[in-house]
Amino acid sequence: MAVHGVSLEIGDTGVTGLVGPNGSGKSTLFHLITGFYRLDQGDIFFGRHSIGRLSPHVISRLGLIRSFQHTRPLPFMTVLDNLIAAAPGQTGELIWPLFLKPARVRREENDLREKARGILRLLDLLPLADELAGRLSYGQQKLMELGRILMAGPRLILLDEPTAGINPTLIRRLVDVIHRLCEQGIQIFLIEHNMPLVAKLCQHVFVMDSGELIFSGTPKQAREEPRVIEAYLGRENHAA
Amino acid sequence: MDYLLHVMILALIYSVFAMSLNLELGYAGLYNFGHVAFFGIGAYVSALLSQAGVPVSAAMLCALAAAGIAGAVLAVPALRVSGDYFGIATLVFAEMFRLICLNERWLTKGPMGLPGIPRPAWIAPGVDGMPAYLLFTFLAAVGTFVFIRRLTGSPFGRALRVIREDEHMAQAFGKNILLFKVKAIVAGSVLAGWAGTLWAHYISYISPADFTLTETMLVLLCVVLGGRGTNWGPVVGAIAVVFFGEAVRFLPIPQALTRYVAPLQGIIYGGILVVIMMKMPNGLIPEYRRKNT
Repeated sequence: MAVHGVSLEIGDTGVTGLVGPNGSGKSTLFHLITGFYRLDQGDIFFGRHSIGRLSPHVISRLGLIRSFQHTRPLPFMTVLDNLIAAAPGQTGELIWPLFLKPARVRREENDLREKARGILRLLDLLPLADELAGRLSYGQQKLMELGRILMAGPRLILLDEPTAGINPTLIRRLVDVIHRLCEQGIQIFLIEHNMPLVAKLCQHVFVMDSGELIFSGTPKQAREEPRVIEAYLGRENHAA
Repeated sequence: MDYLLHVMILALIYSVFAMSLNLELGYAGLYNFGHVAFFGIGAYVSALLSQAGVPVSAAMLCALAAAGIAGAVLAVPALRVSGDYFGIATLVFAEMFRLICLNERWLTKGPMGLPGIPRPAWIAPGVDGMPAYLLFTFLAAVGTFVFIRRLTGSPFGRALRVIREDEHMAQAFGKNILLFKVKAIVAGSVLAGWAGTLWAHYISYISPADFTLTETMLVLLCVVLGGRGTNWGPVVGAIAVVFFGEAVRFLPIPQALTRYVAPLQGIIYGGILVVIMMKMPNGLIPEYRRKNT
C-alpha cells in the first residue's frame, strides 16, 4: 500500500505545501485526490462533493485541476492551442452543434483565444503564443502548463513539483503568478522539494513519509519537528 | 475508357473508406483493425434492403445508421481495454462479422453472396452507368471530405488529438475520453458504412470473401501511406494505392519471365510501397510540416 491512513484538510489557506522524501507517497496522494488512482477505502471531499469514487474528468470539471510531475506539453500544437484545448465544456467539442450552431462555436472559439492570450500575457509567454509547445524550454513548458490549468477555471490547483528543473528567473515568475492566483481566491496545494520556497510560499505544510502523514503545521514548525528532520530534512542535510 | 472510369470509382470509394479510418486512427489514435466490418455492414444492409424493394437511397441511409449502431456496439465494450488489446478486440469483431455473413445463409446466402444489387434509379446498370456512378462517388467523396474537415478542424478534432497525444492530460482537463472515442468510432463507422454502400451498389455483387483482414490492411495502408491525421492524406493515399496497384499491370515483363507475371507485379507493388514508407515515414502528406521540428 503506497498511501495509508492519511487524513488531511486544506482549509481556506491560500497555499498549502506537501513535502516528504522521494517515494513517500506524495504523488500517489495527488493521483488519488484527482481520481487517477482508485481508493481502496476512505473518501475525499471537495467542498460538499464526495469525489473519492469519481472519474478524473468529472473531478476536473468540479474545478480541481492538477499538474503532473513531468511536463506534458502537446508538442505539435502551438502554445496558444495547448491552452485553448484545456478549456472545459466547449460547445464545439460536441458533434451536432458544429453543424447546427456554427456561429456559436466560432464565437466561443474567439472568446477562448482572447482568454488564452490574457493568460499568456500574465505568464509573460505571449511572444511564444504561436510557437510549437515542443520547442519551448522545460521551464517555459512548466509555465505553459500553469496557463493550461488557468484555462480550466480552477478553484483548487494541485501542483506536482512546479519548480523542479527550472531556472531561478522562471521560479520567481512562477512564485509571482502563484501569489496573484491566491489574491483571486484560487487555492493551491503543491508538492515541492525546495524547502526555502515552501517556507516562503506556504501558510501550511503537510509532511509525508512511507505513505503516512507525519506532520501538519506551519513551515517554521516543520523545520523544528524531530520526525520531519529525521525523515526528510535530516537526510538531505547529511547529503549536503 | 471504361477501365479508367472503374479505377477512378474504386479510388474514390477507397478514399471515403480511408478517410473514415483516418478519423479513428489518425485523429483519435485508435488502431481499429476491424474497420472492414463496418464497410461490410454498410454493404450488406444496403444490398439486402434494396433487394427487398426498398429504394436505394433509403437503403443507403439505413446502412449508414446500421454501421453507426454497430460502431457503438463495438466501441463501448472494446474501449474498456486500450492500445493493442483494443486492436485485437476490433480484429475479432470483424472476423465475427465475416463468419456471421458466411453462416447465416437465410439472410446473407452465405458464401454464395448477394448478386444483382441494384444501382440508384437515376444511374443506368452495367457499364452504361459508369460515368454517372463516377459523378455520384465523386460527390459522395467530396461530401465526406467536407464533413470530416469540419469535424477535425473543430474543437472536437482538437480534443481527439489531445486524447491521442496524452490521455491522462486530457482527463485532467475534464475531457471524457471514453465518450470522445465512442463518438470518433461511431462517426468513423458511419462513414465506413457509406463507403461500403457505394461499393456494393457499384460492384453489384458482394460476398463474405470481400470483407477479410486484407481489406482492412489495404485501407490502413491508404491512411498510413497518405499521411494519418491529415485531411488530404487518406485521399492521396487511396489514390496512390489504387493507382500503383493498377499501374503494375502495365509493366513490361520480359518474355522469359511470363510465368511469374503475378508474383513480379506483387513484388514491384510492394517494393514501391516500402520505398515510399522508408523515405516518408509520416506519409505522403505528413501531419506536421513546420520547419525545424
